[in-house]
Amino acid sequence: MENINLFVLLANWLRQWLEGVGASPDVIEVVMDVFGTVGALVFILLNALILVLLERKAAAFFQQRYGPNRWGPKGVFQTIFDSLKLLSKEDIIPKAVDKWVFKIAAYLIFIPAILVFAVIPFGEGMIISDLNIGIFYFVAVASTATLAFLMAGWGSNNKYSLIGGMRSVAQMVSYEIPLVFSLVGVVMLTGSMKMSAIVAAQTKVWFILPQFLAFLVYFIAGHAELNRGPFDMPEGEQEIVAGPYTEYSGMRWALFFLAEYANLVAVCSIATTMFLGGWNPIPGLGFLPIPTYVWFVLKVYFMIMLFMWTRWTFPRVRIDHLMHFGWKVLIPVSLVNILVTGIGIKIYQWMGW
Amino acid sequence: MSDAVFTVAFYVFSAVTVLAALGVVLKKNLVHSALLLILAFVGVAGIYVLLQADFIAAVQILVYAGAVAILVAFGVMLTKRGDIRESNLANRQKWPALFVVAGVFAVIYALLGQTNWGPLAAAGPEDSVGILATLMLTDFVVPFETAAILLTVAMLGAIVIAKEVKNSK
Repeated sequence: MENINLFVLLANWLRQWLEGVGASPDVIEVVMDVFGTVGALVFILLNALILVLLERKAAAFFQQRYGPNRWGPKGVFQTIFDSLKLLSKEDIIPKAVDKWVFKIAAYLIFIPAILVFAVIPFGEGMIISDLNIGIFYFVAVASTATLAFLMAGWGSNNKYSLIGGMRSVAQMVSYEIPLVFSLVGVVMLTGSMKMSAIVAAQTKVWFILPQFLAFLVYFIAGHAELNRGPFDMPEGEQEIVAGPYTEYSGMRWALFFLAEYANLVAVCSIATTMFLGGWNPIPGLGFLPIPTYVWFVLKVYFMIMLFMWTRWTFPRVRIDHLMHFGWKVLIPVSLVNILVTGIGIKIYQWMGW
Repeated sequence: MSDAVFTVAFYVFSAVTVLAALGVVLKKNLVHSALLLILAFVGVAGIYVLLQADFIAAVQILVYAGAVAILVAFGVMLTKRGDIRESNLANRQKWPALFVVAGVFAVIYALLGQTNWGPLAAAGPEDSVGILATLMLTDFVVPFETAAILLTVAMLGAIVIAKEVKNSK
């Protein structure tokens, strides 16, 4: 099978060219990192553009209506025109807001969303930084996303915003625990937190089979981490206007939604890497001449469709039910999963398989 | 990574950490102080990365920087002042503060004198996580588990206090 794909070829070519020009190793590393980051950014923005439309179309499908259908065939240019509109809108900053906190929050929300893409293996050899602590890095960086919501809620100086921000803290801190515990099972099976090792361990069997419980827990906790329905309590339009987003307008408001979709892609990418075999082809279909990054994107979009399906078919959960479910169901279940995985590994070793 | 990059990165992270820490003390708004604390923690995490302690750096972000969100929540809830803009004022305990700080610096200075600052004989381990995990569950298993029990007890205590146990009649 052809192992080198287009993007890896491009990267190798660039590296060789830089070496030919006589750049020092430091400069080469920096330039390669910059190109990797720009590549990831383009990937994020392109996906956000597609996902906004996809979400609206999916919502329309579930609610038996047409959705956007005016601009371009089937309304495919809707997002582009929406972005233009948002860019040209006035940037309103209310008088009573805590200016620095209010402004920085909108940018800060984007930083963890971009940073997590450093450890996502998009295809064979296509990872910006194959860290030794790969998945732990994702967990650590993703945990800081809460702060931006809290800052937005606090800085807005508005009751509803603050309630939304506080809800977001309560929810994301609680659901981070089952999210991390669900990933522990996979790390136990692989014996490594390195993303490349986790993908390599799934060439034969995807971890969704031995770790189905963990996958379910991850999927549910993922909704809470993303603040998406049925767990979109921080936003909760019927109760608290739009939560932390209430006072934002124009491009600052758009940044929050850009970050939400970037996070959606990130969470689905991690789900793909940890449970769906990463960029490995579907077992039995490896002979097809499909590049590994296409397999990866296909799986990510499968996960995204699952997330959209649940968002538009479940009603919003009440906040106390949400906390009860997180602490009294998901955490015990994920702990049991770790225990069973540990016993299972020991039995396998004892039987000498 | 060459020495030049390392040096520049070290000074940038140090400056960020020190300035943010100063901000934590000097800012008058409690929420601003707490948010600057995150920046200080991130700066320290950057220095850990420079020292090739990747796992410790991630823990620093996850446990300290991430937990500031809760710190802010508590800070806001437990502050009694009507105006949040003057919630983190300096008080008059100048001399006790000087005494405590001098003590802390004396301890640090004593430790600095005992540390061997020469270059390490062997290169740092490639896989720090594996070594840490083995150490935690073999040589240091008692302190590790004790810390876990201590945290559980503290959490239970917090829940009991929050629930306001009523006297059974």
